[in-house]
Amino acid sequence: MYQYLALAAILFAIGVFGVLTRRNAIGILMSLELMFNAANINLVAFNKFITPDGLTGQIFAIFVVVVAAAEAVVGLAIVLLLYRNWKGIDVDHINIMKW
Amino acid sequence: MDALGTMFSDLISDLTAQPVFYLLSFVIILSGLMVVTLKNIFHAAIFLILTLFSVAGIYILLHAEFLAAVQVLIYVGAVSILMIFAIMLTSELGSQRIRQSNEQVLVGIFVCAGFLIAVFGSLQNSVWRVSPDALPGNNILTLGKLLMTDFVLPFEVVSIVLLAALIGAVVLARQEGS
Repeated sequence: MYQYLALAAILFAIGVFGVLTRRNAIGILMSLELMFNAANINLVAFNKFITPDGLTGQIFAIFVVVVAAAEAVVGLAIVLLLYRNWKGIDVDHINIMKW
Repeated sequence: MDALGTMFSDLISDLTAQPVFYLLSFVIILSGLMVVTLKNIFHAAIFLILTLFSVAGIYILLHAEFLAAVQVLIYVGAVSILMIFAIMLTSELGSQRIRQSNEQVLVGIFVCAGFLIAVFGSLQNSVWRVSPDALPGNNILTLGKLLMTDFVLPFEVVSIVLLAALIGAVVLARQEGS
C-alpha cells in the first residue's frame, strides 16, 4: 500500500510542477489531469487496503473522473475563447483578472 | 464468466503484481515528467495518453476493473482527444521554438521537493489499519448496486453537473453575434 501512496504522491508532485511552470493554458490543464489521477490512485488504494467491504473509494473516484471531465470541457472552452480574443493562450499575457 | 474472472485475478496475484506495478509506475513517472517538461505541447499530450493508460493498469492491479474501463473510455477516449483538438485549434504545431515553461522552474522544483518531503515524512510516520479482508469478488455488481441505492443522490447531482458543464461549454465557445 505504501508503494501506491508513494506513486500517487510523486505523480501529484509532477502535476504541481507542471501547473507552476507551464506557460500554455492547455499544458496547465494537462498537468491538472495528472493531479486528478494521483488523487484517484490514492482513493482506490485506500479502498482496497483499508475498507475493502465498502467500495466507497471507487465510487468517489468515479465522481472525481466525472467532475474532471466537466472541468476539462469548460476549461478548454475558456481556452478557445481566450485564443479567439487574445490570439494566444500564454497565461503570462492573460492578466486581466490580476486584481 | 465468473471462472474467467477468478482466473484473471489469480493471474495477477501478489507474485506477479510486484514487477508489473514497478513497470507501470516507471512508465507513469517517466511519461508524467515528459508531460510537464516537453517543449512540443502536442508530444506532451501523447505522453499524457500513455500516463493515463498506465494509471488504468494500476487500477486493474488494485482490482478496480470498472474504474479502469472508465479511465480508458473517459480519459483516454474523451479528455485526451479534447486536449489534442484544443492544441490543434489554438497553437501552431511548429511551435517548438516558443518557450513552454516560465521563469518559475526553480521555484517549482523547490515547491515539489518540499511537498514530496512532507508527504513521504508523514507516510513513514503513519500507521495504516490495513484490513485483512479482500474486495468483494463481484466488484462491478456491488458498485452498480451502491450507485443505485446508497449513492443515488450524488449520482443524480453529478449528472446535473455534467449537463451544466455541457451547456456552459457551448455558451462559452459560441461565436458572438451569430
